[in-house]
Amino acid sequence: MPDLIQFRDATYGVNGRVLLGPLSLTVGQGDRLVMLGKSGAGKTTALRLINALLLPSAGEVLVSGRSTRAWDGVRLRRSIGYVIQEIGLFPHLSVERNVGLVPRLERWPAPRVRDRVDQLLRLVGLPPGDFARRLPHELSGGQRQRVGVARALAADPPILLCDEPFGAVDPLARQELQVEFRSLAERLGKTVVFVTHDVREAVALASRIALLDQGRLVFAGTVDEFHATTDPRVTPFRGML
Amino acid sequence: MSFFRYVLLNRAELLTSTWEHIWLVALSSGIAIAIGVPAGILLTRSPRLRAPVLGFANVVQTIPSLALFGFLIPMPFIGGIGARTAIVALVLYGLLPLIRNTYTGITSVDPAVREAARGMGMTDAQVLWIVELRLAAPVILAGVRIAVVLGVGIGTIAAAIGGGGLGEFIFRGVAMVNSAVILAGAVPAALLALIADGGLHLLERKLEWRR
Repeated sequence: MPDLIQFRDATYGVNGRVLLGPLSLTVGQGDRLVMLGKSGAGKTTALRLINALLLPSAGEVLVSGRSTRAWDGVRLRRSIGYVIQEIGLFPHLSVERNVGLVPRLERWPAPRVRDRVDQLLRLVGLPPGDFARRLPHELSGGQRQRVGVARALAADPPILLCDEPFGAVDPLARQELQVEFRSLAERLGKTVVFVTHDVREAVALASRIALLDQGRLVFAGTVDEFHATTDPRVTPFRGML
Repeated sequence: MSFFRYVLLNRAELLTSTWEHIWLVALSSGIAIAIGVPAGILLTRSPRLRAPVLGFANVVQTIPSLALFGFLIPMPFIGGIGARTAIVALVLYGLLPLIRNTYTGITSVDPAVREAARGMGMTDAQVLWIVELRLAAPVILAGVRIAVVLGVGIGTIAAAIGGGGLGEFIFRGVAMVNSAVILAGAVPAALLALIADGGLHLLERKLEWRR
């Protein structure tokens, strides 16, 4: 499978302090790569390097074979779904308008946006008749997360970046969201990069796991390899399962 | 002479002064908005400007209004006797609430919302218009309300430098030691302030959104 995302010795630092890297890592088409690590390990930084919210201070990150430096940031981000922990739903816009935002920015005709929004809301388990016109504050935490996922999928991007999207949800709803998210991503064939500090979540979602510690990649491999490795830097994490 | 009798006898002149007053406040508020809101936005983009610009607006606010009008009279271009000078002074007073509220409104937008907006591929201009200004609108409008109400009050001093408006009656009443004449200027000014305050407050409520 072609590599959709490649980190090539990508480094990111601020004021001479290195937060990430040098990191070399590839994500293939259809992979669900979970970046695992404690807070401050550089996971979020790595994610933001992919959609060019940050540019590497050294090395490069390629998306679809092209360096993020060469991409137009806005174009790149419109082709990548992005879900963050606080979700960042626009509080003044209805569910419908939140989800339809990128298609509207891309100037899709109105009926097509409406169809797409309905389809997506059904996909994430929110009947459009009940939910389309609600405002974000009228939703539960889990429902907001679903809207966040629907919004990220709106323009049918091949890549989905998720930064601890289920972090603020209660454990039961969280498990349900994980299961649904996984099957959704598989069904739609999305390439997913998912950041979490929760080992169980990582194992539940991943096809591959990348373990980061203090800005360095200490392990990358399939879930089976993650279970099998005897690397002393990995085993403490596995102990949390 | 009673207040009502005085108003009745002078209704034509009073109406003219009221219109003058509305015009003074509307024009100066419009100019203050046109300068203050972009200035507030600019401050959110370049934090280094924040201290000097807010500092300047703050200092202007501390100058007693009669003194500011007086200072402006000898100034070339913006000064002199008449409505123009009054408008310049009113604009200066209106700037602080507008700059400060625009700045506060935008910086208090939830960072997650801004991050999401950028992450979804909005351009800087789209983030500003669709997200930041829209979410900051109630706070900015509160600034407009303060500026307008302030303008209605301070606008009465315009008459001291020949700027017209309802202050004409107030200064005349003071000179005549006649409270009916003072009231003929003060009551309509107070009403104007209340109406502007109420109307803008309603608009503000309409623009509010809940978290």
